[in-house]
Amino acid sequence: MRLALSAMLLACSQTLLAAGTVHEYQLENGLKLVVKEDHRAPVVVSQVWYKVGSSYEHGGITGLSHMLEHMMFQGTKNHAPGEFSRIIAENGGEENAFTSQDYTAYYQRLEKDRLPVSFELEADRMRNLLLQQKEYDKELKVVMEERRLRTEDQPTSLTYEQFAAVAFTTSSYRNPTIGWMNDLENMRLEDLQGWYKRWYAPNNAVVVVVGDVVPEDVLKLAKKYFEPLKPETIIPPKPRREPEQEGPRRITVQVPAEVPYLLMGYKAPVLKSAGEDWEPYALEVLSGILDGGDGARLTRNVVRGAQVAASAGAGYDLYDRQEGLFLLDGTPANSTSMQTLEAALHEQVKQLQDAPVTDEELARVKAQVVASNVYQKDSIMGQAMQIGQLESVGLDWSLMDEYVARINAVTAAQVQAVARKYLVEERQTVAVLKPLPMDAAHKPHPSLPGDQTHVR
Amino acid sequence: MCADQLKRIVRTGTVLLFISLFVSGVAQAMPAIQHWTTENGAGVYFVPAPELPMVDVRVVFAAGSSHDAALPGLAGLTNGLLDQGAAGLSADAIAERLDGLGAQLGSGSLRDMAWVSLRSLNDAEHFDPAVDLMVKVLSQPDFNPQDIDRERERTLVALRQSEQQPDDIAEYHYFKALYGQHPYASRPIGTEASLKRITRGDIKAFHDNYYVAANATIAIVGDIDRPGAERLARRLSAALPAGKPAAPLPVVEPLTKASEEHVFHPSTQTHVMMGAPGISRTDPDFFPLYVGNYILGGGGLVSRLNEEIREKRGLSYSVSSAFLPMAQAGPFTLGLQTRNDQLDEALRVLRETLQRFHDQGPTEKELVAAKKNITGGFALRIDSNSKIVEYLAVIGFYGLPLDYLETFNDKVMAVTREQVRDAFRRRVHPDLMATVIVGGNQ
Repeated sequence: MRLALSAMLLACSQTLLAAGTVHEYQLENGLKLVVKEDHRAPVVVSQVWYKVGSSYEHGGITGLSHMLEHMMFQGTKNHAPGEFSRIIAENGGEENAFTSQDYTAYYQRLEKDRLPVSFELEADRMRNLLLQQKEYDKELKVVMEERRLRTEDQPTSLTYEQFAAVAFTTSSYRNPTIGWMNDLENMRLEDLQGWYKRWYAPNNAVVVVVGDVVPEDVLKLAKKYFEPLKPETIIPPKPRREPEQEGPRRITVQVPAEVPYLLMGYKAPVLKSAGEDWEPYALEVLSGILDGGDGARLTRNVVRGAQVAASAGAGYDLYDRQEGLFLLDGTPANSTSMQTLEAALHEQVKQLQDAPVTDEELARVKAQVVASNVYQKDSIMGQAMQIGQLESVGLDWSLMDEYVARINAVTAAQVQAVARKYLVEERQTVAVLKPLPMDAAHKPHPSLPGDQTHVR
Repeated sequence: MCADQLKRIVRTGTVLLFISLFVSGVAQAMPAIQHWTTENGAGVYFVPAPELPMVDVRVVFAAGSSHDAALPGLAGLTNGLLDQGAAGLSADAIAERLDGLGAQLGSGSLRDMAWVSLRSLNDAEHFDPAVDLMVKVLSQPDFNPQDIDRERERTLVALRQSEQQPDDIAEYHYFKALYGQHPYASRPIGTEASLKRITRGDIKAFHDNYYVAANATIAIVGDIDRPGAERLARRLSAALPAGKPAAPLPVVEPLTKASEEHVFHPSTQTHVMMGAPGISRTDPDFFPLYVGNYILGGGGLVSRLNEEIREKRGLSYSVSSAFLPMAQAGPFTLGLQTRNDQLDEALRVLRETLQRFHDQGPTEKELVAAKKNITGGFALRIDSNSKIVEYLAVIGFYGLPLDYLETFNDKVMAVTREQVRDAFRRRVHPDLMATVIVGGNQ
């Protein structure tokens, strides 16, 4: 065991040398720049993270952050709609953007010498977006199609959306990131204009660059393109802290589907909200004990052992901006009832509360964390994502360097303690997807012709 | 895990069903590929990458669903069972050992190929036992009856899940329409009747026939030297019987008439897949068709289809076209999804856009822009070990030349407007396409 451990430590130190160090800068207008060197390939990833997402929204305006993300490609004072994408494409680049509860981020992957192309375009759309009615009308249709594709016609996504809206009472984590359809229908261009002015400013943004670059050169470029931008007065959103949950909650989602689905969540602290900062790391380990690898408890006991689930998983994110959920989910095996599956997942929770996890299990989780820490460095995009996610919720990027040590410090007693404290009935919400028949009688638009499935 | 998937929304994500592994480029950053053949016939493809203390290994076999014969789902079930018990070790024992080493063992199968992959730290304490497990899984799977039954049941649940996904339903009908009696028509996940019929003997025979050295390609990337890579390849290969390469698949017959199939599904959107058998990996028209398709619908947010369907009309979140070159002619496909009542308009614009491109070809400006993207982005496609090891496996599996990557950009640059127009006219026939429509309004 000792031998193995020293090999791990060696592996880590080699990795740090290969991957280079992180450099952090602040421009005079408040923009933060984080640069990480990785010289393995002549490429660079450039990301701009804005501290705004669906958890900054409130009832009636859900989906605004995500819609604004779409509009960021629809023209500025200097570039016509769609030109951003054309310029990146002609530079051999790959680009995309994503919105979550806590952030909105934009990225380009480029050959290393093309970084100025990214900075010029990103700086331009940080302050100069046009937001015109014609593009807005069309793009709103696209977003509605996206909602239909990703949520309306996806029984498990629909279940999660309803689940989150019940699990949280006041917390803005109840908002679907893509927005409720009715909110999209009633969104106006002026809403977006206000949202853009309020959040898209250098002092509310973090630029992350990872790749085959020299940090000082990146700083020079950042000063050239971003420093002329004027900051805004940023008023943080109201906390809307979730009140204590006073008992279990349960919903049923009935939609046309073939396979039932179970989702269970427990309110759990995150690094930003935890009184005891070891607790989120213990919850991470707990998640690993349940679902870290094919030898972890859910697969071993519920899928292979009792064979009551076709699949089962656990999820927890310690880097959320606000108190979140520790999630368990599962799909029952063919002949298994939802009650049996739910009882089996509860039994797994109870075992974690009743007895400490074994040394061998703990060692397996830690071994995977140590190895993953090396594997992650194979992706420059992944490295940039880690930095951006932390910085955009107001955590320091350097926490990622502490992660392995913090996980290694977690004890079996601490895992048992967080299971007893947080995976309890009073903090629980359960959602059950109960399939309706997939025939025409249950189609979503009753006005449509009611004939059977047919092929012609 | 589930939370991450459910919480984040990505903007552009075009239809990823038809990604081609070979997207482009000149090998400016890629070290030369080292190639040799093991004593019992496995081709080895190796690129050293000493920067990170880890190794990726991928062993690929011609053992995909196109070899299912009368038992759809056999290739997938066999592949999925490999690590569910081997050399007397239970699934739990294998999984616990791998987890304890921090090693990641993966497996999967498509229509042409099936594979097992390993990612491990490269020091002997981790690497040797991890490779030992990979060898056992590849060469001595136990196929215990209780494991077969469980995995069969799980596959049946997955099959039912795919029946609630309009995109999966469309893909199933689409391949049937394109490939008729050809093995590519077979659904990789299988059918309920077939999955219930597959016996241990079928699985064992499939493994004996296809998981053999002469049918294997071994790709290695990572912090390992040439002698180490040779030892590794020998170890993996020697555990397998020499065997024979899989028999070549039959040639795909072109479609002789257009077809349109409507499948009801209680969804708010209608999914459309339209196309025909396209090209194989070694097709002489590959480059003009590849470059042309980038302009038509392969270039993400800047393609003609995206411009007409999404940017001008807001009809679809994701619209694209793609050639998927396979061992035999893989599909050329156009796809979109739109609100049920917009189907007619979306279909009309899709067909008109294809027809116009087919008749007129690209403009000079479009061709220049396409070449700039394809050649200028090469470094991105090989910027990680995980990407390089997949490239090596594809080069080996399809027998592409070792300088395929080095010469790629030159071949792209040599493509002319006339070649694109000529290749599309000869190889793409808008009036001989199958159209599959899945949704709630028909």
